[in-house]
Amino acid sequence: MSQLVFYNIFNGLIIGAFYALMALGLSLILNLSGVINFAHGGFLAVGAYLAFVLMPYVGFWGALAISPILTAGIGLIVERLLIRRLYGRDPLYSLLLTFGLAFMLEDGTRFIWGPQTLPFSIPSWLSSPLSNQFFFLTGYRLFMVLLVTAAVIALFVILNYTRLGVRIRAGTLDLETVAVLGVDVRILRSLNFGLGIYLAGLAGVLAAGMLGLQPTIGNDLIMPSFVAIIIGGLGSLPGTLLGGLLIGVASGVTTVFFPSASEAVIYIMMGLVLLVRPRGLLGEEGRF
Amino acid sequence: MTDGPYGKRAADIVIWLLLLTMPYWLEAVGGYTQLGSRVVIMALAAMSLNFLLGYTGVLSFGHAAYFGLGVYGMGMTIKYLVPSTLAGMAVGVLAGAAAAAIIGLLIVHLRGIYFAMVTIAFGQVFYFIAYRWNNVTGGDDGLSGWSRQPIDLGFASIDILHNQTAFYYFALLCFAVAVTLMAALLRSPFGRTLLAIRENERRARFLGIPVDRHIWVSWLISCTFVSLAGTLYALLNNFADPHDLRWDQSGDFVIMAVLGGMRSFWGPLVGAAIFVVLQDYVSSETQNWMSFIGLFFVIVVLFFPRGVLGIVRRKAVS
Repeated sequence: MSQLVFYNIFNGLIIGAFYALMALGLSLILNLSGVINFAHGGFLAVGAYLAFVLMPYVGFWGALAISPILTAGIGLIVERLLIRRLYGRDPLYSLLLTFGLAFMLEDGTRFIWGPQTLPFSIPSWLSSPLSNQFFFLTGYRLFMVLLVTAAVIALFVILNYTRLGVRIRAGTLDLETVAVLGVDVRILRSLNFGLGIYLAGLAGVLAAGMLGLQPTIGNDLIMPSFVAIIIGGLGSLPGTLLGGLLIGVASGVTTVFFPSASEAVIYIMMGLVLLVRPRGLLGEEGRF
Repeated sequence: MTDGPYGKRAADIVIWLLLLTMPYWLEAVGGYTQLGSRVVIMALAAMSLNFLLGYTGVLSFGHAAYFGLGVYGMGMTIKYLVPSTLAGMAVGVLAGAAAAAIIGLLIVHLRGIYFAMVTIAFGQVFYFIAYRWNNVTGGDDGLSGWSRQPIDLGFASIDILHNQTAFYYFALLCFAVAVTLMAALLRSPFGRTLLAIRENERRARFLGIPVDRHIWVSWLISCTFVSLAGTLYALLNNFADPHDLRWDQSGDFVIMAVLGGMRSFWGPLVGAAIFVVLQDYVSSETQNWMSFIGLFFVIVVLFFPRGVLGIVRRKAVS
């Protein structure tokens, strides 16, 4: 029993790491540009399928390195052509636009690669269990946790110690002042969008290795990512990270005792947080 | 279509005449009666959403949840409780209203994009319940094995199951009652207050208007009528589909309202008609209907953000 619980907590942590990776990208875009990117799950799928295409040529590691960058490139093009027009307008419009994009990306991947689940092979030394007692602790899972941790640390280093990151954080607080100080806000928003999509692409490659490739791969992850942002508090990236891990573990633990509620539990948590602390766990007072 | 009392009155008459005679000309233009019923039902849903979106200025992206509660309330009542259409409607609407009342309390002080996100997320709870509670809701396969029942008026009973035209008029009657009620509410001081909140919330608050309470009531009204539309939709299909509860359905409602014109009362009706017909056509022509609907969203946002009636009205003014 305790092993089962342990297994599900660990599993929950992994799922939570995914949610967090997704949600951090969403959060970046939301905080700076006020756009809820519904198409984030679609970009995740694009990242996964691009890795699938690249793998025969550059191998798993090459795909892991290149695919998120390509995905971010596609994200930049989409931002430049479509989303940029909607900054400063009612959030309704960017919501609807990214909503349409999500449809197109899902259907597009289905059209190109078919609706069936495609196998995504990972290096064999990663897929074997590390020990017999903890059979579920495959190298890949451990590797995923490490990689997500590294990505999150890198993100926070970028945000805290690079000029771009400082500008992104400043823009989140007061975009007008940042613009007045001579920063090109359009470029800043583009780069920030690209960074968010890069994280989606990275999550896509990792998810493909764990879940296999399906056009709907991003759909199951996007809603919990919203919940992670709300629980953690809008406007707070550490909050988003915390929210993602929390709901991952919560749904993991619920799986042990009441499997059919494993999805619903995170929404109940969200309801509780909104009831007790409407701004979210680490959200700032009065921001929304 | 010009503004002013006469122009508005004329537009109202034309719309009601078109709706009342729809079964008689729809087939001539390539439609079928069920499509007309779907237009009326979706229009009711979109107009209910617009009560909140267009007239209160609050962006809900989770109305499918309450629509779906109506759908499942109807299906489960007829299947498990009593074979009565009216009882099903009562249960469906009450279920939707109760859920909206409770969730409304949690979210009513949130605004803008935060409100939108929380409504989206809350909407998914009901989807997962319907999806996972297999033995009661039918899970992913949906709830089938029931059908709409004749409406017993005491002295006569109306067969809405086999007679599609009768069902159309039944749906239209519900639509008319709901829409007339909403129009009356919007003309009342309460409705004017909602407009004031939409235009300038801070000023409304300074005038002493309890803004949160007004938004909660508006949300509740909107969700209640959306669940009424849901019960009718269940009757139309004789089936409850978990996808009726999902976020894509919420997006459909919003796009209908935007496409027709959020700032005009009949706008969502026009939007619903265009959307339903387009969806019907595209999904019968191609497997990749999702791409086309997605592209349609993008085009509407980029080129018709004011909606069809918004454009018509601006042309009329200039």
